[in-house]
Amino acid sequence: MSFDVAAVRRQFPILSQIIDGQPVHYLDNGASAQTPEAVLDAVRTYETTSRANVLRGVHRLAERATEAYENARVEVADFLSVDPMEVVFTGGCTAAINLVAYSWGSLLKPGDRIILSELEHHSNIVPWQLLRHRSGIEIDVVPVTVAGRIDLDALPRLLTPRTKLISLAHVSNVTGTLVDVHAVVTLAKTVGAKVMLDGAQRIPHGPVDLAAMGIDFYAFAGHKAYGPNGIGVLWAKAEHLEAMPPFHGGGSMIGRVTFAETTWAPPPRRFEAGTPPIGPAIGLGAACKWMRTLDWKEAHAHEMALVERLMGGLQKIDGASLFGPASTQNRYPVVSFLLEGVHPHDVAQTLDSFGVAVRAGHHCCQPLMDRFDLDGTTRVSIAPYNNNTDIDALLTGVQHAARTLR
Amino acid sequence: MTDQLYQDRIVALAKAKTGAGKLLAPTKSARRDNPLCGDRVVIDVKLDNGKIAEIAHQVRGCLLCQASASALASVAVGRNAAGIETVRMDAERAIGREEGEAGEPFAAFAPVKSHKSRHECVLLPFEALKEALS
Repeated sequence: MSFDVAAVRRQFPILSQIIDGQPVHYLDNGASAQTPEAVLDAVRTYETTSRANVLRGVHRLAERATEAYENARVEVADFLSVDPMEVVFTGGCTAAINLVAYSWGSLLKPGDRIILSELEHHSNIVPWQLLRHRSGIEIDVVPVTVAGRIDLDALPRLLTPRTKLISLAHVSNVTGTLVDVHAVVTLAKTVGAKVMLDGAQRIPHGPVDLAAMGIDFYAFAGHKAYGPNGIGVLWAKAEHLEAMPPFHGGGSMIGRVTFAETTWAPPPRRFEAGTPPIGPAIGLGAACKWMRTLDWKEAHAHEMALVERLMGGLQKIDGASLFGPASTQNRYPVVSFLLEGVHPHDVAQTLDSFGVAVRAGHHCCQPLMDRFDLDGTTRVSIAPYNNNTDIDALLTGVQHAARTLR
Repeated sequence: MTDQLYQDRIVALAKAKTGAGKLLAPTKSARRDNPLCGDRVVIDVKLDNGKIAEIAHQVRGCLLCQASASALASVAVGRNAAGIETVRMDAERAIGREEGEAGEPFAAFAPVKSHKSRHECVLLPFEALKEALS
């Protein structure tokens, strides 16, 4: 059975919208994906039938809200193949990485080392720089190959007995490249380092088995995974969460509070201070459940067929070139390109006039742009609901930009 | 397509590249980055009694930023900081941040008015020049 993209599209009300007489060709999924009816329904059901705070109340609405919130944790855990008690709801992917950098990072000593890569999003760079400022840790950087992949051949040279963590993008938000997790984990184990993956660009493309990967921490955002904004997830092995001190203090994360001393709740509650983003968490649970209704083998094949169509079309446009691998192997459907003589923002603005939404600029990866001396790229990020019409509209727009802006 | 942002006059200003490059011995230089999009402008000026005698700019940015820097360079010589503020008002009128009719050459930027996310692209060269003149 082939992938029924029309059936998927029908579940996303925003895609049937007409703006200024044009259909929506949404190819900015790497920034924020769209939301299916199933997620909208789940959030609406909570807000209209069960809205209350969680954990504290004894009334029926509070009971319903708590049950829905905890069920969402179970949905997320099932999607990641982990224990629900290892799933911490955060405000987003950035918040999840900051949580690790602040809390787990506080256990590090001056001179301990962390390895990042050149292609990391700023959210997997700056929290560690802040930790360096607080704690005197050192940061090492794995270079990127000309093809836009993390150069794992260079990784062994950076490993030292003081290396405590390797934190990398599971999938690059610029080049779409997939990191070789097995190789990273194998190398990390040689010095006893932990491994963290920024899964923001991986999770929107199907379930993962974190337990089988052998990693220690995983972070992702809800809004890139067809869920609401304002919710993200940190997964960490139970033993790490147990050892980590709180990040934020407040209600819910405590055992007992006195002015003399306060004790902490066990994880994951210890890291969910205050009223959590209840509706967004329920929405994310619904998004994970919705994603599991897709056949991801077929969905991925569909996405990569669109990548091939895109790359083939770009090759025919004078002055257009790919930034990142030309291959569809070991990558996900995020494709960056350049158009000689035309700034990426002008490409993106022109595409908008064709009803095509993409992202242009440095993609919060300024060190990667510096490495290749680029102002930025134009990025196409594909979701299962995209179709050939979206790609063809984009190619028409790029041809127009090439013809009129240089 | 629906948009007419990149009208001929804006494209022509960008292509003219008036003042593009560097000065050999500038009195002052300033660089401004737009952290949101990564656009970068470096402006060099030679001053004579507080007035701009020569100006040059290096733009790593979009067509709107290039066009704005080019337009600014075309009217900057002979002006002091207050005179540049007058020109900036023209740019701000063109993009709808100030009321009134924009003077030339910034009247060409009127199509940017409805694209609020691009206003800073037009204003970034002014920010750099303001810093150079401060």
